[in-house]
Amino acid sequence: MKKVTTLLAAGLAAAVGAANAAETITVVSWGGAYTKSQIEAYHKPWMAATGNTVVSEDYNGGLSEVKAQVEAGNVKWDLIDVELSDAVRGCDEGLLEEINIDDFPAGADGTPAAEDFLPGTFTDCAVANIVWSTIYAYDASKIDGDAPSTIADFFDTAKYPGKRGLRKNPKANLEMALMADGVAADEVYSVLETEEGIERAFAKLDSIKDDVVWWEAGAQPPQLLADGEVAMTTAYNGRIFNAVASEDKPFEIVWDGQVWDLDLWVMPKGAPNKEAAMDFMKYSTGTEALAAQASWISYGPARKSSSPLVGSFHNKPELEMASHMPTAPDNLKNALQNNFEFWADNQDQLNEQFNAWLAQ
Amino acid sequence: MALPAYAGWGERVWYYAFRFICFLIFVFLIAPILIVLPLSFNVEPYFSFTPGMLSFDPDAYSLRWYKDILTNGMANPEATTGWWADVWNNAQWVRSMRNSFFIGFFATLIATALGTMAAVGLSRAEMPFKKKIMAFLISPLIVPLVVTAAGSFRAFSELGLAYTHLGVILAHAVLGIPFVIITVTATLVGFDNSLVQASYSMGASPLRTFFRVQLPLILPGVISGALFAFVTSFDEVVVVIAMASVEQRTIPRQMFSGIREQISPTILAVATILVIISIALLTTLELIRRRGERLRGVTPA
Amino acid sequence: MTTTADVGIDDKLLQKRLDKAMFNRRLRAFMLVLPILLFLLVVFIIPIAYFLFQGIYDKTFSSIMPQTTEVLSEWDGASEPTEEMFAALVADMVVARENKTIGRVATRVNRDLPGSRSLFTSSARQAARLEPPFMESLPEVKDKWGEIEVWQAMKTASRKFTPGYYAAALDLKLQSDGSIVRQDEKRRIHLTLMVRTLQISFLVTVFCLLLGYPIAYLLATLPVKTSNLLLILVLLPFWTSILVRTTAWIAMLQSQGVVNDLLVFFGVTPDDARFSLIYNKIGTLIAMTHILLPFMILPLYSVMKGIPPSYVRAAKSLGATNWTAFWRVYAPQTVPGLGAGAILVFIVAIGYYITPALVGGQEGTMISNTIDGHMRQSLNWNLAAALAGVLMVVVLTLYWVYDKVVGIDNMKLG
Repeated sequence: MKKVTTLLAAGLAAAVGAANAAETITVVSWGGAYTKSQIEAYHKPWMAATGNTVVSEDYNGGLSEVKAQVEAGNVKWDLIDVELSDAVRGCDEGLLEEINIDDFPAGADGTPAAEDFLPGTFTDCAVANIVWSTIYAYDASKIDGDAPSTIADFFDTAKYPGKRGLRKNPKANLEMALMADGVAADEVYSVLETEEGIERAFAKLDSIKDDVVWWEAGAQPPQLLADGEVAMTTAYNGRIFNAVASEDKPFEIVWDGQVWDLDLWVMPKGAPNKEAAMDFMKYSTGTEALAAQASWISYGPARKSSSPLVGSFHNKPELEMASHMPTAPDNLKNALQNNFEFWADNQDQLNEQFNAWLAQ
Repeated sequence: MALPAYAGWGERVWYYAFRFICFLIFVFLIAPILIVLPLSFNVEPYFSFTPGMLSFDPDAYSLRWYKDILTNGMANPEATTGWWADVWNNAQWVRSMRNSFFIGFFATLIATALGTMAAVGLSRAEMPFKKKIMAFLISPLIVPLVVTAAGSFRAFSELGLAYTHLGVILAHAVLGIPFVIITVTATLVGFDNSLVQASYSMGASPLRTFFRVQLPLILPGVISGALFAFVTSFDEVVVVIAMASVEQRTIPRQMFSGIREQISPTILAVATILVIISIALLTTLELIRRRGERLRGVTPA
Repeated sequence: MTTTADVGIDDKLLQKRLDKAMFNRRLRAFMLVLPILLFLLVVFIIPIAYFLFQGIYDKTFSSIMPQTTEVLSEWDGASEPTEEMFAALVADMVVARENKTIGRVATRVNRDLPGSRSLFTSSARQAARLEPPFMESLPEVKDKWGEIEVWQAMKTASRKFTPGYYAAALDLKLQSDGSIVRQDEKRRIHLTLMVRTLQISFLVTVFCLLLGYPIAYLLATLPVKTSNLLLILVLLPFWTSILVRTTAWIAMLQSQGVVNDLLVFFGVTPDDARFSLIYNKIGTLIAMTHILLPFMILPLYSVMKGIPPSYVRAAKSLGATNWTAFWRVYAPQTVPGLGAGAILVFIVAIGYYITPALVGGQEGTMISNTIDGHMRQSLNWNLAAALAGVLMVVVLTLYWVYDKVVGIDNMKLG
């Protein structure tokens, strides 16, 4: 009998839900622990506050789906979490809606949005939510003796034997290769502008090519480490942090030579639920939401006013988040910001060269 | 191929060696499918056997991933009321399962109807350009899926069919057609055309003749063709990747992103369920085949 | 009424009527096939043709930059760019900037001249503010405009019908004067991939043959009851989702997987030096062989089932050894099944996408994966179409061979 009532209640709830047609928006992000942090910090509170629904979809970055949808005139996505170079490129190609930073709410301390967001974290079409970083990590339980501490150690398979995991994409790999080869962080892109610089980066990658396992999705590197497929791997810092914090994996992050970048919200041109999506965009980049997200994953909030509110990991009060952020002063000693203009210009050519190099 | 009593020593050795080789090949065929079953009960979120599983420690096993099939994507898994409605509407795997069956059903319907009709036409002696048409109808099986997917996507976008159920259904119907043609033509090979003549001579209309005389006899072929078409659609992922948004996601599409994006043993749990479904389909097919043989009076040799 | 002459006329009339009746019957038979032909034409053939057409047709540049395209068509490609050309370019850029289409032009030209993307996007931002003569004011924004290679790249990009993408698919490069040269060594990739695709498909076919032949032989020679039971072991994988099987192989082959565990257990390899069986060519070969094996076994089995055992018995009674009887009498009769299975496996393998994408790593990916990459990552549909065109030529040739050797109507499934 109880079952029957439950079922009845369920049917009723469904009927009521349908009658009460609140808006449903589709928000696209990178999956895994990262999407989880957004669901906890953005989706759930926003759904509770507005009665609207957020459908979450995963993708692997890039503009292809957006472009396909916009050109097909059948846009299904309302908001997309993209990298900076894609945000700029998509804006140039007319694939994205324009936004105005002054429409965004002021910080919790009253600072207007345009000043509250870190410099360079918003564009004509995009607003950043977090700062993330490509770092490398290793499994501490599998390394005897000296722990690796510099980016050069990653490329030193004589000193630290074992497979290496790298993202199957030239981005960040070329920069890290040059830094490992002794190029100072602030000179990396000027070296990469030259033919010899690119040669040099590829030569460095070539030195470990036979030992590389390539990954494509952000969820793979922790898996590769856990399965023992690799001894060290590059990864997004938040993914490694989460494997440590919630799965108790003995992974260690090496911050030397990190390449940091932004994740931004963009809205495809002709998004089906523009208003609700815009509301969600504003809500999720608010001071509190960004600070709340930082208690689920170790990515730095894009608003200055969020930093003081960043506390500890959501279910481990003893685990302070601040020192795990890419933007923590200790972690920024030898760090590089991804140069979106360089990549927007050279992405196609370097991808091609990278793929040719892979196929050799 | 029983071993004769007079077989020599070498023959005996070869006889057993050959059987052993065949045994190994069967292991190769079946083992990967069976290995999925125990791994789907792994309590750890990874793809490998833990020491606990190997020593049959009950704590190393759990139904965690089966529960995840239902709860993943739910708006509120902890709610006490409306739980099943939430599962039905929001859980990702449940939604993709609904899509798989919905798309598979209609794609099968189109492929089977068109394919059966064509096969009946092709079985007629007077059919012109028979070989060329046959080659054309089989071609969706041959053309690389990436090309089919890209083509459908490009053209369907122009018609507003990209990212719709209808678009995926049409593309899948195309892929199912060769299978229907092959299986139905195969049953029609043994078909006695004088039965049709007899029916006509007694004044039955062509339509009536088809439904009352021909169809019941070729039904086993039609059903197995339909099953093939259904499985093709049910299993297809390349077209779905190109043509479907999250609303049209099917089970294989969900598995594909599962393997690439967030590897979890939930995929193994789904795989286990799919293996059970394919065993059920296989059994159905075998029963149909036997019935068909009985109907047409073919006795197994 | 019954004169002989009448009969003669009737004969002709009869012939005519018969012809007409025959024609009607043919038409009726054809009408049964017509719906499916139309359906395939609309939903299958036209879409693919439309897609492949993009391999030689690209109007991005010419439609967004009409004035520039026009003046470029009159330019010889070698002399100094004129003020007229600069003026047309600036005018087009102003419009493209307003319509937010300048990014597309930039992407298009960037394919021929890497690094020129920002040249377009940043210049377009200031184009509206420029004063004539543009020959002087535009190079002030970016001095690269003074270089002739930018103009040559635009001239190449402005061609609507272009052999450029097919050239790129074959690792060649179209130059602005219309000549075609080989691509830089560092950027040659497609031929390597095509060769690798053929190589993997060939190896998979050989493995399927080696594993499939004994099984088909066993099934064909066992008593029906046993063989029907064993046939299920072949059909079960066939009916199981490819995704399931690929997942299963990941679980089997990864370094902490079942196969490596067994190898360590039996002391074949130490625990810290497990074999890499997946995310490389080996993984692709194993998983693809497993997935395509039923396509080999089923045609072989159906041919072998039809070979009367009496032939081999007769050969033996005439004094042939087992080997001779098999090799000289039995094996030749299995050739049709062999051909059918081998070509089918090869054709399906050559267009394979899912398995290499999931277990192939860097050295196990195939041409289909690259086509997909160009569609979904570099967003170069034109190049994807050209590559697909090359692949289609290979596949259709094989299909034609299959039809000649085996006959399409002999295709069977279980």
